[in-house]
Amino acid sequence: MSEFVIRGGQILDIRGLRPADVLVRDGVIAEIGDGLTASRVLDADGAVVTPGFVDLHVHLREPGDEDAETIETGARAAALGGYTAVIAMPNTRPPLDDPIMVRAVQAIGADAMCEVISSGCITLGRDGVALAPMGEMYALGVRIFTDDGSCVMSAGLMRRALEYSLGLPGSVIAQHAEDDSMCSGGSMHEGEWSSRLGIPGRPGEAEAIIVARDIRLAKLTGARIHFLHLSTQAAVDLVRAAKLEGVRVTCEVAPHHFTLTDEACADFDPAFKVHPPLRSASDVAAVRAGLADSTIDAIATDHAPHTPESKERPFEEAPPGMLGLETAAALAITELVDQGVISLAKAFSLLSSNPASIAGISDRHGAPLAVGRVANICVFDPSEKWLVDPNQLASKARNTPYAGRTLTGRVRHTILRGEAVVVDSAATR
Amino acid sequence: MKHLLSVDDLSRSDVDDILDLAASFLAVTKRDIPKVPALRGKTIVSLFFEDSTRTRLSFETAAKRMSADVMTFSVATSSVKKGEGLRDTVGTISAMGIDALVVRHSSAGAPLRITEWIDASIINAGDGRHEHPTQALLDAFTITQHRGRDLSGLKVGIIGDVRNSRVARSDAKLLTALGAEVTLIAPPTLLPESIEGWGCSTSLDLDSLLPELDVVMTLRVQHERDAASRFPSLREFTKRYGLTLERATRMRPDALVMHPGPMNRGVEIAGAVADGPASVIDEQVTNGVAVRMAVLWKILGSGGEVV
Repeated sequence: MSEFVIRGGQILDIRGLRPADVLVRDGVIAEIGDGLTASRVLDADGAVVTPGFVDLHVHLREPGDEDAETIETGARAAALGGYTAVIAMPNTRPPLDDPIMVRAVQAIGADAMCEVISSGCITLGRDGVALAPMGEMYALGVRIFTDDGSCVMSAGLMRRALEYSLGLPGSVIAQHAEDDSMCSGGSMHEGEWSSRLGIPGRPGEAEAIIVARDIRLAKLTGARIHFLHLSTQAAVDLVRAAKLEGVRVTCEVAPHHFTLTDEACADFDPAFKVHPPLRSASDVAAVRAGLADSTIDAIATDHAPHTPESKERPFEEAPPGMLGLETAAALAITELVDQGVISLAKAFSLLSSNPASIAGISDRHGAPLAVGRVANICVFDPSEKWLVDPNQLASKARNTPYAGRTLTGRVRHTILRGEAVVVDSAATR
Repeated sequence: MKHLLSVDDLSRSDVDDILDLAASFLAVTKRDIPKVPALRGKTIVSLFFEDSTRTRLSFETAAKRMSADVMTFSVATSSVKKGEGLRDTVGTISAMGIDALVVRHSSAGAPLRITEWIDASIINAGDGRHEHPTQALLDAFTITQHRGRDLSGLKVGIIGDVRNSRVARSDAKLLTALGAEVTLIAPPTLLPESIEGWGCSTSLDLDSLLPELDVVMTLRVQHERDAASRFPSLREFTKRYGLTLERATRMRPDALVMHPGPMNRGVEIAGAVADGPASVIDEQVTNGVAVRMAVLWKILGSGGEVV
């Protein structure tokens, strides 16, 4: 029987901060207290012991683009980033719009280094025309439905999806909010920099228009709506107002939208190309404010691996997306906690308990550490500094926009169902 | 100067050097044997991923008049058609041992990317909607030939499909730097979303500005980008923003009419105006060779006597 103690750390979860050792035995938390011993010890001195992180938004590229990432490599990157669960987006090739595809992802991900949870498409083929078999996928455990990468453009179809989800308790419709008709051909945020660089833009209003529309549809139907990777001040303001009104709305932001602006595209480096695009400084400030006042529920990476070949193209031709799993928590510390935007406890709730609750997996992720619970744990040193070296990342891809940056905060150990999958910042398998 | 990617790469003294050199080279191009040995032994490749007549021929003529060896890479007959990526294409060309690569590409920033992959000098011959620095230099040269080097107070109107135009971006920056007052004149849908940092102004009203302009520069409506979806019809565009024969009568008598080519005669400019007395469009083409000789010399030359 496997047994080890996480010793010398401070537990930090939604119940607060308290020094304690955590004894893990047979996959569950067996004991919490002082001076616990076991034959194996994981050092947590100077670190916080917290529920494992949950990423609502990762692209694992399997099936279809296994040269960029696989479920195995993406899950390893996730474990190194402190995640014990990730939601795999359905824009694979073929897309996850069918129970067979969902079963395949579940089977491949069964022994991955973090729990790999399949999302499902809202529409068949992500074409935005007809509903995918949401109920059949729901029966396999799918709770998040999204056409991510594409916006569900038809208001009528979006309404039907939201209505239909009411019959699938605990499910949520997640929208990639960018109006296609305003973004076609666009490769970066529309504004001063896109005009100067001559790169067609994706206006912030394209996001706000869909967020405003879908909030109305959520009100109309009474269904839950989740907005993926919000990036603009207008969208954050709309969600804030909708929450005050009692609309069942949640939203996430990606680290790049609270750390980088469109000016980063000035050198035409496709590492900085992403949809929705890097926005203006005032949008970044609004996203930070939205994190601080709880308008924004979760930090999600939108981890989007691409092969070096596909990014070695001119900016306009390169695919959008950037890596996120191995840098997200450190960016939250470096750019939010250390700058006084949010507390450490808040950062962890944005990375763990909140997204777990949105995904409907609070029974095993994100919940306060307690005896008898499944041991999904991250031991995180909030003061360790480390250099982002793309060649050291576990992801198959190298497209991080943070290459060469020194970040503060590092995952020391990650425990998945009682197995130490990351020890001393290295994967154990 | 290692590369020429953007007007931003040019200091004021670089611009002055190039304009001075261009004047010398213009004299060379008018000799019986219009050729100097300045770049003998240098190899220059023109790599055009977008269609071009004048810019490619202009660069190749300039290089030949400098006695450089010139290779032309034609995308239509190349491995690009077999799916070769940009990095491999330029890597292959570079491995043959070249000194400079003249690049045109449909994507903004492509020449800058190439500088990260190979050692040769890169000259931007137009990248997407971003920049066309040698066009700006030849336009500046053409204007200074008529008005002198100091363009202070000179009123320049750049008219038409500004939004899609790399020429407008480069010209606005360079002519402003030389003292001109540049106004971008177009329907709202053909103006860029922002001109923050461009140093120029915009106007929607050609007719009220036209009588004041010293330089009337019309731009091609770029159907191959998205221009056509941005106004109701070519007829309406011409009525509101075309340099028609009737409008041309309201220009200053000494105004210069320019166009970077290729022209859509009867759309942004009437044929009779393009061929009329105010037009310096052919001069632009002639000057283009001299200016590109100057740029090649500035980048590849040894720094000694040139002419």
